Amino acid sequence: MGKVVVVTSGKGGVGKTTSSAALGAALARGGERVAVVDFDVGLRNLDLVMGAERRVVYDLVNVIQGEAKLSQALIRDKRLETLHLLPASQTRDKDNLTPEGVEAVIGALKESFDWVICDSPAGIERGATLAMRHADVAIVVTNPEVSSVRDSDRIIGLLDSKTVKAENGERMEKHLLLTRYSPSRAERGDMLKVDDVLEILSIPLLGIIPESMDVLRASNLGAPVTLADEHSAPALAYFDAVKRLRGENLPVTIPGEKRSFFGKFFGRKAA
Amino acid sequence: MLTTPRPIRLKGRSYLALTLKPDLPIEDWLMRLDDLAARSPGFFLRRPVVLDVEELDIDRTQLRALSTQLAARNVRVLGIEGARPSALAPDLPPAMSGGRDSGETVEESTAPASGRSVVVERIVETQPRKASSSLILDENVRSGQSIIHLDGDVTVMGNIASGAEVIAGGSIHVYGTLRGRALAGAMGNGEARIFCRRLEAELVSIDGLYKTADDLGPDIRGHAVQFWLNGETFNVGSLA
Ligand SMILES: Nc1ncnc2c1ncn2[C@@H]1O[C@H](COP(=O)(O)OP(=O)(O)OP(=O)(O)O)[C@@H](O)[C@H]1O
Ligand SMILES: [Mg+2]
Repeated sequence: MGKVVVVTSGKGGVGKTTSSAALGAALARGGERVAVVDFDVGLRNLDLVMGAERRVVYDLVNVIQGEAKLSQALIRDKRLETLHLLPASQTRDKDNLTPEGVEAVIGALKESFDWVICDSPAGIERGATLAMRHADVAIVVTNPEVSSVRDSDRIIGLLDSKTVKAENGERMEKHLLLTRYSPSRAERGDMLKVDDVLEILSIPLLGIIPESMDVLRASNLGAPVTLADEHSAPALAYFDAVKRLRGENLPVTIPGEKRSFFGKFFGRKAA
Repeated sequence: MLTTPRPIRLKGRSYLALTLKPDLPIEDWLMRLDDLAARSPGFFLRRPVVLDVEELDIDRTQLRALSTQLAARNVRVLGIEGARPSALAPDLPPAMSGGRDSGETVEESTAPASGRSVVVERIVETQPRKASSSLILDENVRSGQSIIHLDGDVTVMGNIASGAEVIAGGSIHVYGTLRGRALAGAMGNGEARIFCRRLEAELVSIDGLYKTADDLGPDIRGHAVQFWLNGETFNVGSLA
């Protein structure tokens, strides 16, 4: 049985889709079978970031409505045969995502993939709650600024209450992925400090992804940054994050600083 | 055509409401209200408010004017308590009474689970209640969550986030950082206190008296402090 990971944030534009693609590709490079699922019905993006936009025939909504089989909708990556995409519908309304339909699709994906990565839409509405609903693990994507941190805090509250795990009285495993971290802005004091974000959110740190032109370049090429430019700073940070996701205890270095600490130790409670 | 005679069931249910008790002159009171609203935006938003005019000599015209003034401030009055029958009218919120007795059963809702707490109790100036049970939360209270525990003290082992609130009948103890709102002594207990290891609060209140973020000076921000009441005065002291 595969693991279901939701990549979520509350706030929009913080790097969920970028991270879903980069983490998915990094996991798939290790030989594990990965499906990345776009839950952003009506505003799909993942197909572009993964360079599959011209190969979309069927989508998540088609599968849920019984108009296509899951195997017909899944798109295998051209560069990595272990990496797959289940695209969202660009034309349908998100009301077409039914709880039963989502449950069935996730259940089926877990059977044949080692990792099912759900790219959540922004917000705390239906799309976001359905994306997190069946997750085993949550990656909370946050930018080091106040509104993003507060929205993430809100999302953590939902992860601990609105998911199947929470409803069964189990603990949802949660990780913080700090993205778009800019050393120069940090130096100027324009961003929240890493320690402050960790103190507020109190969940273990999965990684810090630096703000980088390499991310834009990769998405213009239609490739996850971990495939487009595997030696770039953001790609290396995503590779490290994947190691931690697999359970390795690897120290996290703050970009631009010598200081590093163990993500697993951070936060008063390991979630 | 209705074939099955299913009866309509009317069930009683009581709720937690804030009470506003204006005093004279009304203009001054409204100014103080504006001040509170300005410093704590959204404080009244979506919260049911009962207007208590028991101690005001107010006629229908004045009551209507007051109601209009409150509506203009987004304060939604769900009922009026203590008005003379002649002062009420169909276009005004209905009369409410009986909110004064204490000792009713309180159904506490600790509910981080729902993010929303409904509390079965009426609160309109009750006698101070004895703190009878305490609630201990091992987790952070997350933004958007509201913890209401009118039966006694609330202890939070983590943080109360910005945009979160804890309302307690007794005292509130925060072992992490208090960033959101803490309302202690909410059932009319002036003996209640608020303790926190680090103060960054949006609002603290004891027995209906409150301090907003602007009142909490840089000398206490970021520090371990306690708040208590001495009569009508709010006191703050270091927890060193
Ligand atoms: N580390 C980074 N450095 C530079 N730009 C980045 C980085 N991460 C993401 N971006 C850019 O930020 C923008 C938003 O990213 P992305 O689409 O991944 O966010 P999202 O959280 O999925 O947004 P939405 O909430 O709209 O779904 C994109 O233009 C992306 O290229
Ligand atoms: Mg996205």
